Amino acid sequence: MDSRLEFAKSEPIWNTNNRVFSIIAGLIILLFALPLFGMNSFYLHLFIMIFMHAVMAQSWNVIAGFSGQISLGHGAFFGIGAYATSFFYMEYGITPWISIFFGMFVSAIFAVLIGIPMLRLSGHYFAIATLLIGISFQVVFQRWDLVGAASGLWVTMTPEDSWFALQFHSSKVPYYYVFLVFFLITFFLVWLLSRSKLGYRLRAVRDDPQAALSLCINVSNYKIIAYVISAMIMAPMGSLFAQYILIIDPDRVFNIEISIIVLLITVLGGIGNVWGPIIGASILVPISEYSRIYLGGTGGAVDLIFYGLILMIICIFRPNGLISFIPKDILERKKQR
Amino acid sequence: MKILTVENLSKSFGGIHANRDISFDVEEGSILGVIGPNGAGKSTLFDLITGFTKPDTGKVRFFDKNIFGISPDKISNLGVGRTFQKLKPFADQTLLENVMIGAFVKEKDIKRARDRALEIIDFVDLIEKRHHFAKELSTGQRKRLEMARAMAIDPKLLLMDEVTGGVDQKTIPGLVELVKKLKKTGVTIITIEHNINIIMEISDNVLALDQGKRIAFGEPKEIQNNKLVIDAYLGTFDAA
Repeated sequence: MDSRLEFAKSEPIWNTNNRVFSIIAGLIILLFALPLFGMNSFYLHLFIMIFMHAVMAQSWNVIAGFSGQISLGHGAFFGIGAYATSFFYMEYGITPWISIFFGMFVSAIFAVLIGIPMLRLSGHYFAIATLLIGISFQVVFQRWDLVGAASGLWVTMTPEDSWFALQFHSSKVPYYYVFLVFFLITFFLVWLLSRSKLGYRLRAVRDDPQAALSLCINVSNYKIIAYVISAMIMAPMGSLFAQYILIIDPDRVFNIEISIIVLLITVLGGIGNVWGPIIGASILVPISEYSRIYLGGTGGAVDLIFYGLILMIICIFRPNGLISFIPKDILERKKQR
Repeated sequence: MKILTVENLSKSFGGIHANRDISFDVEEGSILGVIGPNGAGKSTLFDLITGFTKPDTGKVRFFDKNIFGISPDKISNLGVGRTFQKLKPFADQTLLENVMIGAFVKEKDIKRARDRALEIIDFVDLIEKRHHFAKELSTGQRKRLEMARAMAIDPKLLLMDEVTGGVDQKTIPGLVELVKKLKKTGVTIITIEHNINIIMEISDNVLALDQGKRIAFGEPKEIQNNKLVIDAYLGTFDAA
């Protein structure tokens, strides 16, 4: 009896599969090296969009996948991030490297303000409430003169490429690396989160709030913590996106489509799984970009039809997302040996 | 020393008195069995003590501390663990992860929480199943999971709602032995139980409820001979 316990204690807590680690390390090196091989502008853009959407989906994954609260208004934090950097650079000349944190901070404040009343609502009510809040942000910014109302902000262009202003006109390569680094940092932090005490407790809140309460877990507080973390992941992507396109307006950065696409990517890839958003973004973003190329401006709607189709197939045949094709003991915790 | 003192506890839903003026106390280290026909208010009483339902009136004291009406996470934090009649395992997580979530209350470090969880899983005799998902376990095993998870928070008082309910006859003796083993660790236990033989075997005191009211409270022998209890519960039990 005791020997079995000793054996169980001697097991590693996490399945450290060296092969998986070397594959991931190899992929990271490859991603850093890719632009050196002279990728054209389209492929740089494609990868930038994949990185950005993977992080956005990861943000949604933290609140929906880890803590079980479906938010349909996550675009609000994306927009706050976008406006924070653009506005403070234009008005006060503050570098986006600083105001990006301001965007995160404001998003965190809003997450608390929205979270305290709304996360007491359960299930569908939270989803509906966040949907309306997301839309209301768009409406407010459309009418707010200080930030350019409906015509938005046209960020003052620097004459040359500038790391201070985070603007690059001659090449997309610097953007590629900035997005890549944010992408890697975010995924590393969320990976750590999923393996931490907080990660365990969030999953408890998701799976059974009542049981969580019986285990000293303040369910409302943990939901708010997840919502704040999620908002703080989303905001920098808005900031970087604003620096990438340099023209932002409420219809673009507060669009309901943003809130929906992060959901689609996460569900496709695998909700509640750290790797899900990467897989989802790697598939959905190219579909979106290619349909835009081949179908022109009208392609915007066609990719949504594709999404819908793929999502239906996934929900019916693979409710745990594409990640479920990979055996669990390879990536995550192991089962019975 | 009294670990739990309940005085005149009442709760009604609409016009229905689920619990009416219930009073009893529990000695530290003992087992209190709670009996009563279906709908007598046993599970409601558990929910009132553990904070899952807000009581209307009365007093609930845990040691010297007033826990009337405070939230369930705070009550569990004081050292009151519970299991649920309708089992609530974290279904998509492994047995080990289920218990670790409880163990994190006492251990901040993940390795130590894991080791603590393993010791408790070993205590409830499920060590071989540690990497199984909760949804893969049998009902009897899930009862052990809930006990282990509640124990992981290191409770002084453990409320168990129908330990032997819904499991087959062969599984029952093992669960009863586990409850006795639990008592030996010093934890105080309140258990709801339909099997009257088990109640008589394990309890130091018995609380009998009927229609939301306390009809008897005392040692098992007194309860067995109490006319009200026989009328409300034992009579029908024997007939069935």
